[in-house]
Amino acid sequence: MASTMQPPTGAGTLMSGSQILLECLVREGVELFFGYPGGVTLPFYDAMYSHPIKHVLVRHEQNAAFAAQGYARATGRVGVCCATSGPGAMNLVTGLVDAMMDSIPVVAITGQVTSKLIGTDAFQEADTFGITRPATKHNFMVKHVSELPRIVHEAFYLASTGRPGPVLVDIPKDVFQASTHYQPVDAIHLPGYKLYTEGHTGQIRRAAQMIWEAERPMVYAGGGIIHSGAHQELRELVELADLPTVNTLMGLGALPGNHRNFISMPGMHGSYAANMGMYNTDLIIALGVRFDDRVTGRLNAFAPHAKVIHVDIDPSEISKIRNAELPIVGDAKKVLVKLNKVMKELEGEMGSLKAAARAEWWNTIRGWMEQHPLEPQYSLDEIKPQHLMAEINRISNGEAIVTTDVGQHQMWAAQLIRYDHPRLWINSGGLGSMGFGLPSAIGAQFACPDKLVFSICGDGGFQMSIPEFATIANHNLPVKIIVMNNGYLGMVRQWQELFYNNRLSQVTLDHFPDAAMLAGAYGFPGKTIEKVEDLRPALEEAVNTPGPYFLNVKVTPFENVYPMVPAGGAINEMVLDQPQPVEVGS
Amino acid sequence: MLQTISLLVENKPGALMRVVGVLAARNFNVESLTVARTLDDSLSRMTIVVDVEPKVRAQVVKQLNKLVNVLQATDLTEEKSVAREMVLLRVRAEMANRTAILKEAEIFQARVVDSSIEGFAIECTGDPEKLDEFMDLMRSYGEIEVTRSGLVAVSLEPKKLRLASPIPVGAAEEEQEELERVVSK
Repeated sequence: MASTMQPPTGAGTLMSGSQILLECLVREGVELFFGYPGGVTLPFYDAMYSHPIKHVLVRHEQNAAFAAQGYARATGRVGVCCATSGPGAMNLVTGLVDAMMDSIPVVAITGQVTSKLIGTDAFQEADTFGITRPATKHNFMVKHVSELPRIVHEAFYLASTGRPGPVLVDIPKDVFQASTHYQPVDAIHLPGYKLYTEGHTGQIRRAAQMIWEAERPMVYAGGGIIHSGAHQELRELVELADLPTVNTLMGLGALPGNHRNFISMPGMHGSYAANMGMYNTDLIIALGVRFDDRVTGRLNAFAPHAKVIHVDIDPSEISKIRNAELPIVGDAKKVLVKLNKVMKELEGEMGSLKAAARAEWWNTIRGWMEQHPLEPQYSLDEIKPQHLMAEINRISNGEAIVTTDVGQHQMWAAQLIRYDHPRLWINSGGLGSMGFGLPSAIGAQFACPDKLVFSICGDGGFQMSIPEFATIANHNLPVKIIVMNNGYLGMVRQWQELFYNNRLSQVTLDHFPDAAMLAGAYGFPGKTIEKVEDLRPALEEAVNTPGPYFLNVKVTPFENVYPMVPAGGAINEMVLDQPQPVEVGS
Repeated sequence: MLQTISLLVENKPGALMRVVGVLAARNFNVESLTVARTLDDSLSRMTIVVDVEPKVRAQVVKQLNKLVNVLQATDLTEEKSVAREMVLLRVRAEMANRTAILKEAEIFQARVVDSSIEGFAIECTGDPEKLDEFMDLMRSYGEIEVTRSGLVAVSLEPKKLRLASPIPVGAAEEEQEELERVVSK
């Protein structure tokens, strides 16, 4: 293997598979990617040695996939990760499934054992192609070096178009080593790949009529708005017809958190107003959402009086869970541009058709919002987790990137931190992968070096990604790592309290490491706080200290997330607050 | 209910795995699956029969259409179509029954493909119900052993000869044109 780079190439230059792959990545606009080397990717890493492309060495392959996602979620560009064969590729799988569930554009490159050894149970061999089939939007195995430019180009195209998702390219070691005359590929030949982006104009016209005719409309907007960059168009629609709007967990920031039409998040831990709105609406305008069970609760009690307009780029999402009276298959942005035009066309004729009913609907919604607002709670003796989120919210003021793990802290961060732009709120929504928060913050910080990035973790998920402290220290990334430490796997404990007779089984997290010593071991500052009066100064210090900072915040151990729709419950029957203990004999 | 789907698939590595995988992952029960090359060597035609609740029928087709290697998935269940299956059947035949078995085979337009002292091997083609009847009948003569091919089906709709959009569109043509004018203003 040549360890020196070929000069910039013209068509037809003789290059190795490794060099071709690097050139292909550059052509796709990849500036940096996350990975971990190994036996069969040796030729690839050797070519990288003298190539200007930036490779970030993570400390576990799973975190390469999560970091690539953080990069993709923060920018909308394709995130790239790389791992060796066998264990390396297998460690990527959680991150790929996670990207699949949340429709995140990721390209994963994995090494495979030499072609001749495939199928012989060779050292570090795994059937990556077979195992990642259901973990990806599509996957490829490169059989010959000449296929490499076409496959890489198709992989990026598939990952980033239509409904985005992860695509994996498995490359045997001998393909990395083989040489061929490199011909860049621009054409796409995927005859079976069906893209429906435009939206049917007749359907769009009917949607506009339905919206003007509705008395209690509700916009239910999700991740699809963010993926298609339709936030401006969403805002225009919402303002045009003064529509109440909820954003799903994946859609927070689609409509600015401080917009007057924004109600909040619906679902299991959504607000009272959002869920009551969804229950009582007569028209759901569903934009880039998939009626997840965490949103709908018990399906036959979800929006029982509503018709549904469902806009989605993936036809299989439409009427999958809830029948759509008016389906529109298309890209959210393109559909909304057309819809807004027709809305304006019809405004004169239909705009004030239901004005009185609409005003009453808004009054009802405002009433719900005042009755049970999503408000932080405070205590004089202990730091309440909601208080921590409120303080982070004060510093962020709608502008910081916040990544989270999964669990109670994630729900509080979704409820109580405001997101005024898309791509600020980064979390594992569909798969709910613990350990996501820290590596995704790394990806987001690389993508947006000048942005304030909070990685908010629970004390459980945080301990799944501690190794990435080394990556953070390596690159002096100014990520502010905040652990909401209640000493428990809080969400599991909450369910054990509520549904398993308070039998707390395997949820106590003793022996959390000393924060100052842990961060200190990696060479950056860390601190533990537990007094209420220390919270604000400690957060200020974390933010004002250049470089990384680790803040371990000990919070009230037994706080639970409310409102809550119990699994399988109806959304209008949410539990609003901690049940008060009933005194015996009273 | 049984749903018959005709699938046009690229002959790419793993294409069959993707089809079977998505059916399994989405909890759709496969009754039978056949696959063979088409006139175009780069494409294969599959006929898949699944046993699903009527309300998920559209989902099955949409999920198959979503696969990158699938050019078209068509639901033939209620379409004008012809569906056939073949069974290769061995029946143990005692001397006294041999003539009767041959007569029955003739009624079903089945062909004897092998004859021995123990009995016959018979090939029979038809719709699955006809094959069921034929097998029941043969069982009454003696021990049988069967290998069924699984269903192959072809649409008789003239439009299905070329690739159509798998997404049904709802609006009248003139309505769409009118809207296009509005939108392009």
